[in-house]
Formats: sequence, structure tokens, C-alpha cells
Amino acid sequence: MMSWLTSFQCLASAPTETVGTEGGFLVLQVIGVLLGVMGLLFFLGAAVGLLRFPDFYTRMHAAGKGDTLSTMLMLAGFGLVTMEDLSLGSWLLLIKIMAVVLFVYLTSPTSSHALMRAAFEDDELPLTEDDLRNSKRGKRRKKR
Amino acid sequence: MTHWFAIIMGAALFTLMIPVIYRIWVGPTSFDRILGVNVIGTKTAVLLVVIGTLFDRVEMFVDFAISYALLNFVGAIVISRYLNRTISLKDMEAREKEGARKR
Amino acid sequence: MYPILIFLLLFLNWIALSGKFDAFHLILGIISCGVVTWLSQDLLYLDRRKKAGERLREAWGFLKYIPWITWEVIKANMHVFKLAMTRAGYEEMAPRVVTFKTYLKTDFAKFVFANSITLTPGTITMLIRGDVFHVHTMSQFLEDDLLEGAIERKVAEVFEPEMLQNK
Repeated sequence: MMSWLTSFQCLASAPTETVGTEGGFLVLQVIGVLLGVMGLLFFLGAAVGLLRFPDFYTRMHAAGKGDTLSTMLMLAGFGLVTMEDLSLGSWLLLIKIMAVVLFVYLTSPTSSHALMRAAFEDDELPLTEDDLRNSKRGKRRKKR
Repeated sequence: MTHWFAIIMGAALFTLMIPVIYRIWVGPTSFDRILGVNVIGTKTAVLLVVIGTLFDRVEMFVDFAISYALLNFVGAIVISRYLNRTISLKDMEAREKEGARKR
Repeated sequence: MYPILIFLLLFLNWIALSGKFDAFHLILGIISCGVVTWLSQDLLYLDRRKKAGERLREAWGFLKYIPWITWEVIKANMHVFKLAMTRAGYEEMAPRVVTFKTYLKTDFAKFVFANSITLTPGTITMLIRGDVFHVHTMSQFLEDDLLEGAIERKVAEVFEPEMLQNK
């Protein structure tokens, strides 16, 4: 209980701290904030696609890739925002954050390929253009 | 400023996870559900970095994020291997032909 | 030659992940990297016929390939964003499975090519059998982009320049 309270105190006392008031690092922070907002925008695209698209394969397109790009943008933004000085420690921190990005870049296509292959070897056949044109959206929703 | 950015970012991430959770809830096939879990797992790695920024211990939370991304990847691979029905090569070629014809 | 290269790569990784430079941590890193190198020395770099200089050239080409593929990812991501958010984009959507043959020979080049296809949004590699790729695409625009073969040419430039000259 007490630990929760102290963590909220940390949140409450946050804005009184002054970090990065020097000019050079303010530019870095603004770039970081911009990158983070762009990442959120792409994640919004992925989430909306996950809701709207008609079948599993197209949903996979929306989720699998909007995910990688938005993760990259957000983590890069946070790496720039937390960079308070140019010492060796903060460079190592940036490299570590970029290591997460590299890891996601390597593994996300592999896992989406594995899922896709599993779905294809199961009975799911992808929807085609004609299926999409023939069935109105409402009808398909009723069928489910 | 850094703290406020982290707080707003975390809240927005949580809000955007709600559609994904809806997809996990209703998802017609089990693959949709795994997909949703995968997306949430990747975003949790980002969220861990956000929390690290809030507590000023980023170097520690980045390690958590790396291991979380690793676990997420292994989980997706394992579940897709588990749901993968092993079929004979002949059946699979027939299905490929069918898929090619359907397009 | 190759065990030393593996050891150096692992040790660089250790330094980046630990971030401490006192003697204790460095010696610990040297010991564990040595053990891992000894255990896995015939696992990495399976094909040892290539010279080290050629490896370096490949690594440099790959490093130059990363920004290009990132730009490609951003461009195609905007297209999928448009498909998801607007009504006109939803009408434009036309999913289908495309089958084509590739001229890449080695496994690693095929792996990089398949992962690049999957990373550019709107196209996912479904099955690879031999040199036949089955790719699921989302719309006509992305299919044209794929069949034009820009990614394949770039991968061939990095890993198999001799294949490009034969074509």
C-alpha cells in the first residue's frame, strides 16, 4: 500500500522537476516528442485496421506492420527524450533502446509469417476480391 | 516535461489497446486472438520503457523490455506451431493449387 | 579467424548490454563470451568458404540496406493507414495471393528477402517452397510495387551480385 502511495507521489511531484532546460537538448526533446506522436498515429492506424478489416489475413497486415513501425518510432522518441547529456552512459542507453527496436524488427516478420502459415495450413482460405464485392458489410457481420 | 510526455503517452497507449482487446474478445478465429495478444505484447515492451522514464530508471526497465519482447516472440511461435495441423505434403500441394485457383 | 570474429561480436554485445567498465564485469564478460564462442563455434557462419573481406563487404552493404528498407516501410505504412482510415481506401482493397519465382539462391538471401517483403506493409510471405514464393497482398498498388522487384534487386546487390549480372 505504502509503495503505491510513494509511486503516486512520484507522479505528483513530476512537473516541478526541470529537466533539459538548455537549448541544445530541448531540440532533441521536441524531435523525440514528434517521433512519439507519429508512432501513436501509426498505432491508431493499426488498431482501426484491426477492427475494420474483413478477414484474418488482412487484419494481419494491419497489425503486424503498423506495430513494427510504431514501436520503432515510439522507442526512438523515448530514446531521444531521455537523453539528458552526451556522456557514455546515455549513449549506451540509446544503443540499448535501439537494440529493442532491432529485436522487434527481426522477430515480428518471423512470428507473423509463422501465424500466417499456421492459418493457411489450417482450413482458413483467404478472402478474395470477388468475395469482398459480393458480400455487403452488414451481411457478413450477420453471418458471423 | 519528460514526465508529462511519458504520462500522456502511456495513457494514450492504454486507450489504443482497447480496440485490440475487443478483437481478442470477439475474434472469430483463434488466430485473431493470438494476433491481438501479440500486438499487446509488443506494445507492453514500449510501455515498460515509458514506466522506466517515469521512475528515472530507464536502464533497468530497458532490460525488462528486451526480455519481454523475447518472451512475446517465443510465445507466438509456440502457439502457432501448436495450432498448426500437420498435414501430408500431397494435401498441402492440393491446397496450394486450390488457393491459386481461387484467386 | 571466424571464432575470433564471433567472440568480438559477442563481447561488443556484452558491453552494450551491461554498461559497466570495472575489471570484475569485464572479466566476467570475457569468460562467458569465451564459453559461448567455444560452444557455438560451428553454429554461426555456416558457409566458411567466403573470405573475411567479402563478409565485411556484405555487412557494409546490409548496413546501407537498412535505411532504404526503413524508408520503404514508412511509405507503404502510409498506404495501409489510408486503406484503414478512409472509406475510399476500404473500397480499393483487393486481397489476393500472388505466386512468383525468385532468382536468389542462398538461404540467407531468401530469408532477408522474405522478411523484407513481410516488413513492407500490405504484403506478407505465406509459404516458401524452393524458389517459389506465395505472397498475400492487399491492393493492386502494392502488388505492382512487389512484382516490379525493387526489393529483390536490392537484396541481390547486397548478397549475390553475380546473380544480377547473369540476368
